[in-house]
Amino acid sequence: MTEANDKTPVGGGSVAAPDERVKPEAIKAIPVRHYGRWVSSVVVLFLLAAIVLAFSRGQIEWSVVGEYINDGTVIRGAWATLQLTLYAMLIGVVLGMVLAVMRLSQNPVLRNVAWGYIWFFRGTPVLVQLFLWFNLSLVFTYVDLGPIYKNEMTDVMTPFMAALLGLGLNEAAYMAEIGRAGIQSVDRGQTEAAHALGMSPAKTTRRIVLPQAMRVIIPPTGNEFINMLKTSSLAYVIGFSELFLVSREVGSVNLAVMELLIVVTIWYLILTTIFSIGQYYLERHFARGSDRALPPTPLQKIRANVLSFRRQAGPGGVGA
Amino acid sequence: MTSLSKQPMVKAEAVHKSFGLIEVLKGIDLEVQQGEVFCLVGPSGSGKSTFLRCINHLEKINAGRLYVDGQLVGYRQKGDKLYELKEREVADQRKDIGMVFQRFNLFPHMTALQNVMEAPMQVKGESKANARERAAKLLERVGLGDRKGNYPAQLSGGQQQRVAIARALAMDPKLMLFDEPTSALDPELVGEVLDVMRDLAESGMTMVVVTHEMGFAREVGDSLVFMDGGVVVESGHPRDVLSNPQHDRTKAFLANVL
Repeated sequence: MTEANDKTPVGGGSVAAPDERVKPEAIKAIPVRHYGRWVSSVVVLFLLAAIVLAFSRGQIEWSVVGEYINDGTVIRGAWATLQLTLYAMLIGVVLGMVLAVMRLSQNPVLRNVAWGYIWFFRGTPVLVQLFLWFNLSLVFTYVDLGPIYKNEMTDVMTPFMAALLGLGLNEAAYMAEIGRAGIQSVDRGQTEAAHALGMSPAKTTRRIVLPQAMRVIIPPTGNEFINMLKTSSLAYVIGFSELFLVSREVGSVNLAVMELLIVVTIWYLILTTIFSIGQYYLERHFARGSDRALPPTPLQKIRANVLSFRRQAGPGGVGA
Repeated sequence: MTSLSKQPMVKAEAVHKSFGLIEVLKGIDLEVQQGEVFCLVGPSGSGKSTFLRCINHLEKINAGRLYVDGQLVGYRQKGDKLYELKEREVADQRKDIGMVFQRFNLFPHMTALQNVMEAPMQVKGESKANARERAAKLLERVGLGDRKGNYPAQLSGGQQQRVAIARALAMDPKLMLFDEPTSALDPELVGEVLDVMRDLAESGMTMVVVTHEMGFAREVGDSLVFMDGGVVVESGHPRDVLSNPQHDRTKAFLANVL
């Protein structure tokens, strides 16, 4: 350090032109050795290799896995899982937002009813709720909506319908809490500013509060979506032919239980990965204004890399 | 302007306001004339911000009467009965009263231009093209013509506050309320906001300003009220009150501030 100091003009008072100033020598220090990192890496890699080895030696017919990964029945099961998830989430999100607004309402009846709903559906297992819906025909023979609609309960409460209601209504309770947290996260000053401009309460909610609440609501909702993809497998207990039930059936017929379970695992991973990517873009969209600059999307990153390549190559004579 | 006779823009008669058991305003009487810059000063907790927020009914008053441009704020009087206004009607009253907040309260999910366009489009139903053109002009007027596309997070405090002023002006208010508009700003950014306010005052806008900027009050203000403990202690022309305070409390406050 003293050497470096000697080279620079002494005292801040003397003003040296920038080019006169000598840049001190770059620091070349011996880095700290992280022996712990090496040891832990080796241990983890060893364990990982052991697991892979064990599975490769297990009695798994990998060719069967490959054969059934794009089997028609399995794909239909995956499609059913996807549909059930989407519809159940739709119910959950819409009803959840209504419940969230109810819970924050000035009206004590609405507020308490919403509270009671959340208390009930969050307080009971989804599995029990699925059975409750599916067995509704034991206590109600008909669905009777007066002159509009009448039908036998067993016709209405198909496995799909029971799964949809069970999962969707349960989800609504969770979405209500997520929505409430989102709405409450928006600064009161935002509402005041909107009101001061003469905006009505409804417009204030729709134009100012909800768009900002979305930033808080989206990440946990994405989580719920992915959870729902997996929880929908519970619908197999009431006989809805989704991914898991289908794989159980195919697996037991072909005596390839483990192979089909691996197929199912791969399918669930594919679906959750797709949703995670979608979530990334959705979050990015609602992050507008919260950061000084939006992070680039993976696509933009690739494009930027390609462009910078071209630019470097440009003077070399690539340009036509 | 609705009336040719010079009725006061703001008229307060024995305005009381309590939060729970704490009485914040203990009978405020004052008048703000049309076209004047009216400064409210006083120690924190004196009730000046609360009073300002009562003017556009962000706070409900508990007793007394408050009029803006001859119209009762937040209520309708029929005979000797007082009816609460519906939220729609309150919103209607507010659209002629601009407000600028200490913490700016810009809409963070909108660009500067969108912030200014929002109320004219959503409240007045102005067309997008129209609103955009006017918003651009207003941003130009506050010296931010080159910042239209920036989000609030990309602007300095002073710039944000100027956008907030443009946003309030977009509704063509007859009265502007300023709630300590420079208190949240770094010292070197205070000047640019005061410049915009000075311009606005020169254009004849009626302004009620809660401020700690005594220089601004002295130079631009037409009247000044010193509040303490929820009452008006002293009022008059800013130059007189600031340089020749009559009350001990005013003297003590000014000795601390100046």
